[in-house]
Amino acid sequence: MKEYQTITEISGPLVFAEVDEAIGYDEIVEIETAQGETLRGQVLESSEGVVAIQVFEGTSGIDQKASVRFLGETMKMPVTEDLLGRVLDGSGRPIDGGPDIVPEERQDIVGAAINPYSREYPEEFIETGVSAIDGMNTLVRGQKLPIFSSSGQPHSELAMQIARQASVPEEEAGEDDEGSEFAVIFGAMGITAEEANEFMEDFERTGALERSVVFMNLADDPAVERTVTPRMVLTTAEYLAFEKDYHVLVILTDMTNYCEALREIGAAREEVPGRRGYPGYMYTDLAQLYERAGRIQGREGSVTQIPILTMPGDDDTHPIPDLTGYITEGQIYVDPDLNSQGLEPPVNVLPSLSRLMDDGIGEGLTREDHADVSDQMYAAYAEGEDLRDLVNIVGREALSERDNKYLDFADRFEEEFIDQGFDTNRGLEETLDIGWDLLSMLPTEELNRVDEEFIEKYYREDVSADADEAETEATAD
Amino acid sequence: MSQTAQTVREDGVIASVSGPVVVARNLDARMNDVVYVGEEGLMGEVIEIEDDTTTIQVYEETSGISPGEPVENTGEPLSVDLGPGLLDTIYDGVQRPLDVLEDKMGSPYLDRGVDAPGIELDKKWEFEPAVEEGDEVGRGDVVGVVEETVTIDHKVMVPPDALDEGETAEVVDVKSGSFTVEETVAELDTGVEIRMRQEWPVREARPTVEKKTPRTPLVSGQRILDGLFPIAKGGTAAIPGPFGSGKTVTQHQLAKYADADIIIYVGCGERGNEMTEVIDDFPELEDPATGNPLMARTSLIANTSNMPVAARESCVYTGITIAEFYRDMGYDVALMADSTSRWAEAMREISSRLEEMPGEEGYPAYLAARLSQFYERAGYFDNINGTEGSVSAIGAVSPPGGDFSEPVTQNTLRIVKTFWALDADLAERRHFPSINWNESYSLYKDQLDPWFQEEVADDWPEKRQWAVDVLDEETELQEIVQLVGKDALPEDQQLTLEVARYLREAYLQQNAFHPVDTYCPPAKTYLMLTTIETLNDEAFDALEAGVPIEEIIDIDSAPKINRIGVQEDYEEYVDELKSEITEELRSLY
Ligand SMILES: Nc1ncnc2c1ncn2[C@@H]1O[C@H](COP(=O)(O)OP(=O)(O)O)[C@@H](O)[C@H]1O
Ligand SMILES: [Mg+2]
Repeated sequence: MKEYQTITEISGPLVFAEVDEAIGYDEIVEIETAQGETLRGQVLESSEGVVAIQVFEGTSGIDQKASVRFLGETMKMPVTEDLLGRVLDGSGRPIDGGPDIVPEERQDIVGAAINPYSREYPEEFIETGVSAIDGMNTLVRGQKLPIFSSSGQPHSELAMQIARQASVPEEEAGEDDEGSEFAVIFGAMGITAEEANEFMEDFERTGALERSVVFMNLADDPAVERTVTPRMVLTTAEYLAFEKDYHVLVILTDMTNYCEALREIGAAREEVPGRRGYPGYMYTDLAQLYERAGRIQGREGSVTQIPILTMPGDDDTHPIPDLTGYITEGQIYVDPDLNSQGLEPPVNVLPSLSRLMDDGIGEGLTREDHADVSDQMYAAYAEGEDLRDLVNIVGREALSERDNKYLDFADRFEEEFIDQGFDTNRGLEETLDIGWDLLSMLPTEELNRVDEEFIEKYYREDVSADADEAETEATAD
Repeated sequence: MSQTAQTVREDGVIASVSGPVVVARNLDARMNDVVYVGEEGLMGEVIEIEDDTTTIQVYEETSGISPGEPVENTGEPLSVDLGPGLLDTIYDGVQRPLDVLEDKMGSPYLDRGVDAPGIELDKKWEFEPAVEEGDEVGRGDVVGVVEETVTIDHKVMVPPDALDEGETAEVVDVKSGSFTVEETVAELDTGVEIRMRQEWPVREARPTVEKKTPRTPLVSGQRILDGLFPIAKGGTAAIPGPFGSGKTVTQHQLAKYADADIIIYVGCGERGNEMTEVIDDFPELEDPATGNPLMARTSLIANTSNMPVAARESCVYTGITIAEFYRDMGYDVALMADSTSRWAEAMREISSRLEEMPGEEGYPAYLAARLSQFYERAGYFDNINGTEGSVSAIGAVSPPGGDFSEPVTQNTLRIVKTFWALDADLAERRHFPSINWNESYSLYKDQLDPWFQEEVADDWPEKRQWAVDVLDEETELQEIVQLVGKDALPEDQQLTLEVARYLREAYLQQNAFHPVDTYCPPAKTYLMLTTIETLNDEAFDALEAGVPIEEIIDIDSAPKINRIGVQEDYEEYVDELKSEITEELRSLY
């Protein structure tokens, strides 16, 4: 392997070097500084005679005397089932003091696109035990469903609750697919050590660590490394899912930091920036991560992704949530207002969505009335929410009896349906029953999204009678 | 490849690689020539030539490719294979059949450097001649027919480039029986041999005689579309909306229920699972016109967001060229592209790698021109063989942040004649389809009225206008309600709000996932509207007769309007409901 001492330019995270052989695009590079430190990078552009290299650890310490080695291959992740229980850095090197990893295979981290013809449509319900998700935004195996949050919000608690609770049913049920075990892969990108510790403690407390792989790129780790961390994570996930039959849940946090790293590299390359300074190819880049979720025909396992992102300025039109929402199969909104009201989890269901819900629920999958209940609750909560603005202006007395019922519905929906606590694991039946408790506050004629047959079966006359009584009392006062 | 003589051209070598863009040296090429790049022979297309350097967009991943590797020129522009076998197939953006790729690659992942013909070369088709020896034929003329699917008879045509415009030739030989697409089925006295397979460069529109004013609706079975904002066969439409507002579901609904003969569905830079859903569902679903499986009239093009970006740029061209081919056979073709924004972004990405001067928001200056060239290929046409056929083009648009003032939405709106504006607020409250009735429009409305009057009801236009007026009035009244509450309005206005609510909840909303409601024939759309109008008229009579508004609003029969959508036997249901409403209201005074 040839060594070059031909660095011509160093700019931000980039190094340019002259070469006299053909270097492959995306190839891995090692740079040894004069101090003897070895840094790793990747070829971003390869021309005859000169290459541009992006250095993961950042370029500080590199000078023109540093030597450059091209490894002749693209970035690989050593994979093996033994990764379960291990903690690695953002480039996949163990940092838990454990033994060296003996890989079964070394896989390209870029990952080829799954042929859409070979995919299996995801429709297997995952019970997360969280009503806002199971009832209203159902998650299925192989889905990519991000959490849209903002800084200071309890998105990690929600993600941990899902990871903890989602793993239970399959093992209890111990169904026919004996081989399909559950694994969690956690990819931290630029989060604080404190946040990372919360996850680690939760993993240790619940014994989840032994069926987890943790990749840690923390806030003080190199920013450019963040562009490879999720690829390492997903390569491991694909291996475990599609070669070792695991149902893998991937949690990536925080995608915002990943995108910042992309922006930094783009700026250093003096690329024409896209919206708000982010690279024009960010959609494609994110798609190449998110689309690695899914199921494949003839394979047992699945890759389910829950990426977390903090929306700058809590603005979902910002390119990071915007492009994400265009790629993922829905999104769960963590809402600062609901959080300050003390709701746990503070999920705002209205802008939230699970695109794969429709095929994953219903008779034989969850329960026959699931879709209708969910639809009707959406409509009712939205109506109640609207009326809250009006009530501030005209007062409750000025509203009709009907409007008042919707206002009450919205309040109770938040208190009873959403605010279940981070430690409560609710079964789907319970979630839907609470749904019916709430819907029964409304007269049956209002339930125009629910099939008459289900109204017959599940509507609670006693609740609606109570509501009517309360109403008459209130108006009598 | 095609009949045109192949010129031998010089091959070159790679000078640099940056993502999907490769620069080659010493390559003798013309613009848009297809080339094979590197040792692995990755497919690419020439997009810029300057002196002795040629820039190529590569349709496959370029990791590991290095300078010095060879570049081979085919000397042919990017073309599609046309012939029987296009239907009931799923392609990537450069017309490689995805099932064949799975087979050849032996993996569920898309590997590179694997090519495959667009139509099966060794399959035999039963060719039935439509001409006899001695007949004179011109370009585009049908020389025979094969049954491509249970639904579609495939017309084998004289390729448009086989003869000059106006030129005819004598058929000197014509066969009958079982042939592959590469075998000669007819021969002309000019020496031209006609095969079932032809090629056509994707960036070039297939010739026609004339574009005509479209006068037939593309009936979609979606109430708000057929009822308020219809698109014509041969028309153009845009569906812009933020993520989650219903672009894809609307496109899928059109692909399932539109009364076109042929559907070309282009998944451009969107989700893999959405294409899988189509692949899974369409063979099972019935074409409402024929009862045959939907796939029998459908061709899918899937270049999902994680597939190479250059092939995303080409996939809409692949789609529209296939659409034109069936139009030439005299069919009504509808093409859905989801999403044209991803196509525009692919242009932007390539353009920025070429370091072209960026226009608005980094899009290349030719964005508007490309969009209009694409939509111009839609239309209702007199074909060169004397038949009539149409291509309707419906493009989803994905504006960043849902802001319609961005370049792709704006440039699209300048061209298309139907605008279905999706609205995130409606989607949040699960009002589906979330098409905003205040912002949307159709410029075909008036020219399609005669059809609806003839086929559905004489007063179709008046009924539509009535609904639009009520909805307009509601919008105005809602502004007042926001300030003072509903009860402060005069009683007649309260009643209008109530009627408008039924229009919104029963008529405008339609559940794509309900087995019955998902498809609403125009007759049902009409009856639903007249039922709401009955309520309106009877209720206003009652109000005038002095019945208090609360009693009117409270009648038991009115909420049944919301159930019309899910009724299979809607005629009977509507009849009964109308009399029930009338009786109940009249009994109040
Ligand atoms: N007509 C409809 N009926 C029922 N649900 C719909 C309808 N249109 C959209 N939806 C719901 O909205 C979700 C998002 O729609 P989709 O078409 O995927 O949005 P977009 O393509 O604009 O991102 C769907 O998953 C579905 O739940
Ligand atoms: Mg979509």
